[in-house]
Amino acid sequence: MTLPILALQSGFWAAAAMIAAVVLTSTTGEVLTAAAMKSIGDLDKIRARSGLSGAIRAVVTCPLFFAGIGFLALAFFALLFSLNHLPVSLVAPASSSLTLVTNAIAGKLFLKENVDRRRWSSAVLVCIGVYLLAH
Amino acid sequence: MAHARLSLRQYFILGLVSVCAPAGDSCLSRGMSHLPEITAAHPATLVAAVFTPWIALGIALLIGFFASYLTALSWADLTFVLPATGLGNVVVALLSHFWLHEAISLERWAGIALITIGVGFVAQGPSLTERPEADEPALTAALQAMQEQERAR
Repeated sequence: MTLPILALQSGFWAAAAMIAAVVLTSTTGEVLTAAAMKSIGDLDKIRARSGLSGAIRAVVTCPLFFAGIGFLALAFFALLFSLNHLPVSLVAPASSSLTLVTNAIAGKLFLKENVDRRRWSSAVLVCIGVYLLAH
Repeated sequence: MAHARLSLRQYFILGLVSVCAPAGDSCLSRGMSHLPEITAAHPATLVAAVFTPWIALGIALLIGFFASYLTALSWADLTFVLPATGLGNVVVALLSHFWLHEAISLERWAGIALITIGVGFVAQGPSLTERPEADEPALTAALQAMQEQERAR
């Protein structure tokens, strides 16, 4: 009797670890990309002064941007891996809704964004909404 | 702060982020479902798939999504852009209901309502955290560096 319970528990932890890997790599990628874009400055203004090529050059010469892209690629492969082991009806809503909350936490901690009560409520409402919609 | 309130053009870019990602995913899904099964033994079929109309359109839309997403992140906070662009999920659900005549359960209507309220909530607030000492000097420095590079050529 204990064996199926153990298998169930290890299955739960494996699923949690896979979803956590998607959420963490995705959040790191989003935060690094956002930090890169903030360090570059307003792309609309850069494009107005230096044209589209100037704006593209500003983005592709930023090392932080490539670090962000690297983590977003990792998140994509982590998602593919978890989709190979878990049902899409669990992975898609869980990862996309949890990422909203972890991004709000990471935005406050690392990007020093002003995550006030309005943004917290909005992140939580959209998070529950995405879960209900995708489930 | 210059960006506390968004311009019409900036709302348009947020709209592009919301619409291009789900539209691109849908095009890829439709394109891939019309192709024969792709196996590791014949990887060339995957390359050929890129040039089929639906997949090419999907890739173009996802490039459009990424360009508009990066633009939005350059003038708005991550914690503003992500919830605000959650409206794309609602667009897909409503399109599938009214265009493809798919049924929407009560649970999904509740999801649509919550996302709409959440987006309306965040859109009412400022889009960028005020940092009087940071943004403009960073932009000026980036522009000066680019102008110097252009002059050096």
